[in-house]
Amino acid sequence: MNFRRLLLIGTPYLWLVLLFLVPFGIVLRLALSDIALAIPPYSPTFALKDGWQGLVDMIAAWDFENFHWLLDDDLYYISYLSSLKIAFISTCLTLLVAYPLAYGMARAPESLRPTLLMLVILPFWTSFLIRVYAWIGILSNEGFLNQFLLWTGIISEPLRILNTNTAVYIGIVYTYLPFAVLPIYATLEKMDVALLEAAEDLGCSRIQAFWLIVFPLSKPGLIAAAFLVFIPVVGEFIIPSILGGPDTLMIGRVLWDEFFSNRDWPVASAVAVVLLLILIVPIVLFQRHQQRAQEADQ
Amino acid sequence: MNHRFTWFNATALSLGFVFLYLPILLLIIYSFNESRLVTVWSGWSTKWYAEVLRDEAFLGAAWVTLKVGAISSTLATVLGTMAAYALVRAGRFKGRTLFSGMIYAPLVMPEVITGLSLLLLFIALNVDRGVMTIVLAHTTFSMCYVSVVVSSRLVSFDMSLEEAALDLGCSPFEAFRLVTLPIIAPAVISGWLLAFTLSLDDLVIASFTAGPAATTLPMKIFSAVRLGVSPEINALSTIMIAIVTIGVLAASITTKRAVVRREKQARAAGG
Repeated sequence: MNFRRLLLIGTPYLWLVLLFLVPFGIVLRLALSDIALAIPPYSPTFALKDGWQGLVDMIAAWDFENFHWLLDDDLYYISYLSSLKIAFISTCLTLLVAYPLAYGMARAPESLRPTLLMLVILPFWTSFLIRVYAWIGILSNEGFLNQFLLWTGIISEPLRILNTNTAVYIGIVYTYLPFAVLPIYATLEKMDVALLEAAEDLGCSRIQAFWLIVFPLSKPGLIAAAFLVFIPVVGEFIIPSILGGPDTLMIGRVLWDEFFSNRDWPVASAVAVVLLLILIVPIVLFQRHQQRAQEADQ
Repeated sequence: MNHRFTWFNATALSLGFVFLYLPILLLIIYSFNESRLVTVWSGWSTKWYAEVLRDEAFLGAAWVTLKVGAISSTLATVLGTMAAYALVRAGRFKGRTLFSGMIYAPLVMPEVITGLSLLLLFIALNVDRGVMTIVLAHTTFSMCYVSVVVSSRLVSFDMSLEEAALDLGCSPFEAFRLVTLPIIAPAVISGWLLAFTLSLDDLVIASFTAGPAATTLPMKIFSAVRLGVSPEINALSTIMIAIVTIGVLAASITTKRAVVRREKQARAAGG
């Protein structure tokens, strides 16, 4: 291996080992440590300077106490379940909103499509925080939505939407919509129109043709979209803390509070480790799906 | 798929885009509202803009954010392009699987975990937290995005061009600079833009790694937003939206022009 090659591979490699792999190792180690009233507030179970004996002592001292905590205290257990539930429901909602939009885009005149695509991507570039914030003014008790509904006479009293799970769902669908539209649009756009014409010639109604041909062919895009929304939403912090209420339990928020408010670093680390373990399953499934889709393309 | 454009499609499109743009539009309109009550209209005014631009805390945070964004996205572009090159071109090497895993993992890693782990690293190394640590954190996650963008371009790139340059006596570095770089330049530029916006946008990782010494604009906005809607934040948001929109539109128009120009040249050369 020559020097240039070593430099090319080595620099980014070393960077990632130092700033991605090692920090993750520290989280794992801390998750197995005990909380202490000190700064930093934990007593490590292993320090490098102790060498081999330290490693042996560490393994002997592992008690998974912090993980027991996670099991014993209902809060964590409920938060994990509630994060998964919120992520699942909001993924379904996002797909329901994204599909007609992607379908409309794919069927629009060809000259319009680049502009429409640009219009879907543009919100992705604008600040996530601002897009979530914009909904406070809409959903609050004196907000635009309540003003509008009161004005039309549909309701006589303002609805309480802000600081509830409903607001969280709306926020998620809104911010993750571009992620869902793009892969669905990509599969719909490259579909062969002749297939539809053939189906109609053979006596399918338009709705039948949709269910028998368009929908099955767009499945890879739908599945990719579902993963692209589900995986990041499970660990979401900003949306539940701005739009959610005190009863919106999501694990990203629990981790944040554990760290910044309770200053219980070992438990925060244990929460992080378990969150990652939960996410590994969908991540691996997603990777496999993408690989299979790529092979099918070739 | 250019089959009939029906009323159903037209409705789906208009409803979809109204949903995407109405909240931002309302925010922009009400940033020009005279009243402090953010949902009651009482006349046009630009006073909230003047207020924001006079606010030292916001300006300071904006400066920190721009500094972090510029440095980290530049570092991330260099490292990410190297990583993409190593993955696509360097063939087999020891630990390649781990390397590509480390490139893709940060893309799906929840931000709270990335932030927490980096903070613990900086504490373990006894590093003073501030602008520098945010730069390191942002470089680490955005270099992975850059590498994905650049490697997708490298994969579709005709390797024989580079080989021809080497045969004609270029050194490998010259071949990269004269042949490869101009061709992958659009991907490198969009990688840089992506890294820059990711950095400007990040709240969670910056909050973990900033320490008491530095505050970024999203951190400042987040602490203000927790108290509810305010006209100053509306004005600030409008400024940020305007800058990003102009930037993205300008970038997409220039790349489109470059593509058209190259196609013309190719046609002229071929014909």
